[in-house]
Amino acid sequence: MPFINFSKDEIQCKIVYYGAGFCGKTTNLQYIFAQMGEDTKGKMVSIDTRGDRTLFFDFLSLNLGKIRGFDVRVQLYTVPGQVHYDATRKLVLKGVDGVVFVADSLKVQRKKNIESLINLAKNLAEKGISIRTVPVVIQYNKRDLDGTDSEILPIEVLEKDLNSMLKVPSYSASALKGAGVFETLREISKLVVKDVSRKIMLVDQQLK
Amino acid sequence: MNIIITKEDLKKINFFLDKVVSSSLAHSVLLVDRSGQLITQYGNTMDIDILSLSALTAANFGATAEIAKILGEEEFTLLFHKGKCENVYFTAIGDHVIMVTLFDDKTSLGLIRLRINQIAEDLSQTLVSIFEEKREVSVSGSQRPS
Repeated sequence: MPFINFSKDEIQCKIVYYGAGFCGKTTNLQYIFAQMGEDTKGKMVSIDTRGDRTLFFDFLSLNLGKIRGFDVRVQLYTVPGQVHYDATRKLVLKGVDGVVFVADSLKVQRKKNIESLINLAKNLAEKGISIRTVPVVIQYNKRDLDGTDSEILPIEVLEKDLNSMLKVPSYSASALKGAGVFETLREISKLVVKDVSRKIMLVDQQLK
Repeated sequence: MNIIITKEDLKKINFFLDKVVSSSLAHSVLLVDRSGQLITQYGNTMDIDILSLSALTAANFGATAEIAKILGEEEFTLLFHKGKCENVYFTAIGDHVIMVTLFDDKTSLGLIRLRINQIAEDLSQTLVSIFEEKREVSVSGSQRPS
């Protein structure tokens, strides 16, 4: 549900980072926040518990430049990953324009990734949004653990588990080190902006 | 569904917000949608990070709505936080919007509430049209940016 403000020539979009607990959603936002220039980012707000778990959400606002004369501002949110925080996830998903699904590459997290994706589809459906039509990008996080003692799943297995039905763009990443973080953000922003542009064109046609 | 705010909409909304600010001595008022998007601001917001404030306002309302449900209420329609110097008052305006009023000790909560109550119904009517499903057809009078 993008906000198109004709008075300020501004479009505001909402992108939500979704995924199981400890998969690296907050780490993605922290890396983006650390790398972006002062003139394009706002403050990062985090509501978390002492154990580094997101209690409510993280929030970061970014200015992406202009399309068709409108300033595009995206607001990045994360959700708490733990199963019992479903009410909070639903709240954060309100008005969402695009989703980054962060999957944990660790083998032990395989089931949790699938459960979280099903939970996303269910919560979107409750808001009348189909996971097949809303812009979605999947990120396979923690690829830097490859070759260490922690056993991680091959990309092919993750693709089969999570992306065989959706067939959306997917990226390998290490949110901690930064690899793939901006590629993911760039792709979801592109998809969301494309979606919004289409809506603006529809409005344009109606105005004529 | 996309939400479109035209210059005409904003003119109407600002008329009501000006009424609140000028008659209650609040220093600023924000209108925020329930998903956390800022619709507009009026008055002196100083150096406040209003985008974060908007996101947290929606979250705050959502969280207290859950408290309300535990108590058998649908939701709490107003919230008030008092600080040493700054105070903030949140009011639900219709189903989609939250009004955030920031004020200091130059005025009182009673006066703020009175002034908001006086315009709430009319402002709600204006906002309802913005959030209507088939909004697109009604923006024909709006001006496109050059």
